[in-house]
Amino acid sequence: MSPAIFVLLAIGLGLVGWLAARSRAWAFATANAASGGGRVRLHSLPSYHGWYVALWAFIPAIVFVMIWNAISPHLVMQAILADPAAAQLPEFGITRDTVLAEALAVASGNANGVFNPLATPLVEPATAAMQRYAIIGVIVTILIGFTGGILAFLRLKPDFTARTRVERAVMMILLLASLVAILTTFGILASLVFETIRFFGMVNPIDFLFGTHWSPDPMRDPAYADGADYGALPLFWGTIYIGAIIAMIVAIPLGLMSAIYLTQYANSTFRKWMKPLLEILAGVPTVVYGYFAALTVAPFIRDVAKSAGIASASSESAIAAGLVMGVMIIPFVSSMADDSIAAVPSAMRDGSLAMGATKSETIRRVLVPAALPGIVAGVMLAISRAIGETMIVVMAAGAAANLTANPFESMTTVTYQIVAMLTGEGSFDHPATLSAFALGMVLFIVTLALNFIALRVVKRYREAYE
Amino acid sequence: MNNPDLTSVAQASFTDSGPAKISANKVSVYYGEKKAIDEVSIDIHTKYVTAFIGPSGCGKSTFLRTLNRMNDTIPSARVDGEILLDGDDIYRSKMDVVQLRARVGMVFQKPNPFPKSIYENIAYGPKIHGIAESKGDLDGIVEQSLRRAGLWEEVKDRLSDSGTALSGGQQQRLCIARAIAVDPEVILMDEPCSALDPIATARIEELIDELRGRYAIVIVTHSMQQAARVSQRTAFFHLGNLVEYGRTGDIFTNPREERTKDYITGRYG
Repeated sequence: MSPAIFVLLAIGLGLVGWLAARSRAWAFATANAASGGGRVRLHSLPSYHGWYVALWAFIPAIVFVMIWNAISPHLVMQAILADPAAAQLPEFGITRDTVLAEALAVASGNANGVFNPLATPLVEPATAAMQRYAIIGVIVTILIGFTGGILAFLRLKPDFTARTRVERAVMMILLLASLVAILTTFGILASLVFETIRFFGMVNPIDFLFGTHWSPDPMRDPAYADGADYGALPLFWGTIYIGAIIAMIVAIPLGLMSAIYLTQYANSTFRKWMKPLLEILAGVPTVVYGYFAALTVAPFIRDVAKSAGIASASSESAIAAGLVMGVMIIPFVSSMADDSIAAVPSAMRDGSLAMGATKSETIRRVLVPAALPGIVAGVMLAISRAIGETMIVVMAAGAAANLTANPFESMTTVTYQIVAMLTGEGSFDHPATLSAFALGMVLFIVTLALNFIALRVVKRYREAYE
Repeated sequence: MNNPDLTSVAQASFTDSGPAKISANKVSVYYGEKKAIDEVSIDIHTKYVTAFIGPSGCGKSTFLRTLNRMNDTIPSARVDGEILLDGDDIYRSKMDVVQLRARVGMVFQKPNPFPKSIYENIAYGPKIHGIAESKGDLDGIVEQSLRRAGLWEEVKDRLSDSGTALSGGQQQRLCIARAIAVDPEVILMDEPCSALDPIATARIEELIDELRGRYAIVIVTHSMQQAARVSQRTAFFHLGNLVEYGRTGDIFTNPREERTKDYITGRYG
């Protein structure tokens, strides 16, 4: 029985509760009218009474449904294993799991027949167990929803404060929604931490963080994993060189200057058109930038470099990836810079102009210094975006882990290697694969730190002008 | 007095004050379609404090801002007529606005020190105009400006502190010192005390009186007492018109116009 039916059941219970409670509230309100008296004034509108009871029926039921969904497969599995036919199963490993999975698939109607004959005798107990637990689930859901609804229903009176209580429930629901994002972050972190620890059980963290040679071999026997092959320094360097140096050399001046032009010089019509256009840059899918970098910019740069006599110029180069990434990042820098320059009180600008400063002197000496914290924060957010960027480097930067300052050479980044390690043919307990998690962990910590600092800076800056 | 033409009165009555520093002639200011100032003519003299008074929205601040072309920062603003500074039309097309503003300084309603050190706040103008030839020069200008603004004794030991860390009254005197530092000829003050407490206000008023000997000072104020205390000339604006202009004593004790009388006796505004 599919989970959707349980959810519909819970909703149905809620609906019944809503209708019943609302008509009960109407009855309170009009009770006197029948005997010639006026209407009774309720504390809350009837629909609030309805919502109150509906929530009390729905929420406990849906909570139970979630729990039941999580545990019922285990209960079914136990029932199958308890069946005498299960004694025939192989003890361990993939075969055992496959047979059980087949039996369950046939029992739930998702497969027509079994491939492994061992599964056949298990189909019948599986079907029986699934039906049994489905019926138990439905009954308990109804009981819980009904009990919740009845208890709530009994509390209804003309002066019952349903409105206040529904308000509180709304707040709780909103709180839960916001917790989802936070909990997800913690979940990601937990999974990273777990796998990273496994990786560091096989490779020394010192080798990983400070080694200069990166050539993990997913085919090699993991028992002989050599820390010397997992030196991630060239990756860190490539990431910083492309994301934080080349890209920023492009993005900071262009972003800052476009922000200054838009806030200080452009007339309102131009600004109205230009700002959204600039923001579209941020909305272009990175894969599009990626093939622009790989197919247009990279060959162009290689040809130019070759004709300038740089023999080492490669068709996949750090500078191609960095330049295109810089262009992609411009809107991040410019929109933060724009906001923080616009936030400088116009009294500052007037003060400087009234001293006889020109427009550009005012911008250089007063506006930009005053807006600097916001601009710095914008740059840091942009860097954290750039070093986490994947598609452009996958397509344009290359796979070779070179530790070099020559921008025309191929270079690789943390994100590129994460993709390469996870999509490779290594098994999931091989250090080559696990290294992806360690790299992800490093990236996560660095970007988190950058974002954290940026937010702190922005916060302190806001206080300065309030 | 028979009711002669206003402009001739304004000019005729100050034969004792020498040639006008600023002479406005039929100046009108428009914001888009709206006329904010209607053909105002007025002469402003050095060594006098001229107060612009009038109810909110009468155009006195707008008119003040035309005198150093600060209205240029408002795209929709347009100015007709002529304003002469020492006989030069400041709205002529070749006028160097940057030079103009160095000669006609301005102090704003709310103190607006730059978020820099006290020293840098004062040194800002001399630096951009290249007035100081050496570090010693600059130090001298900073000290002299702060002394003239009556702030030196209070801040001489903490010139590197941020200007925004001073009290409101000190900030406003810092802004006055900053304006003085480029050695202007005229200082425009747009309600310079409206954000200050009475003690700080009194301090600024004393300062204005001390400064009057060196500059032409124009002050916009909401407070008629302040106008009476600090100014020698008072101009009363109403609905974009200059209603009456004369010696402060005459305006307050013996106004010619009914509207002036109504305003200074508190009947409206």
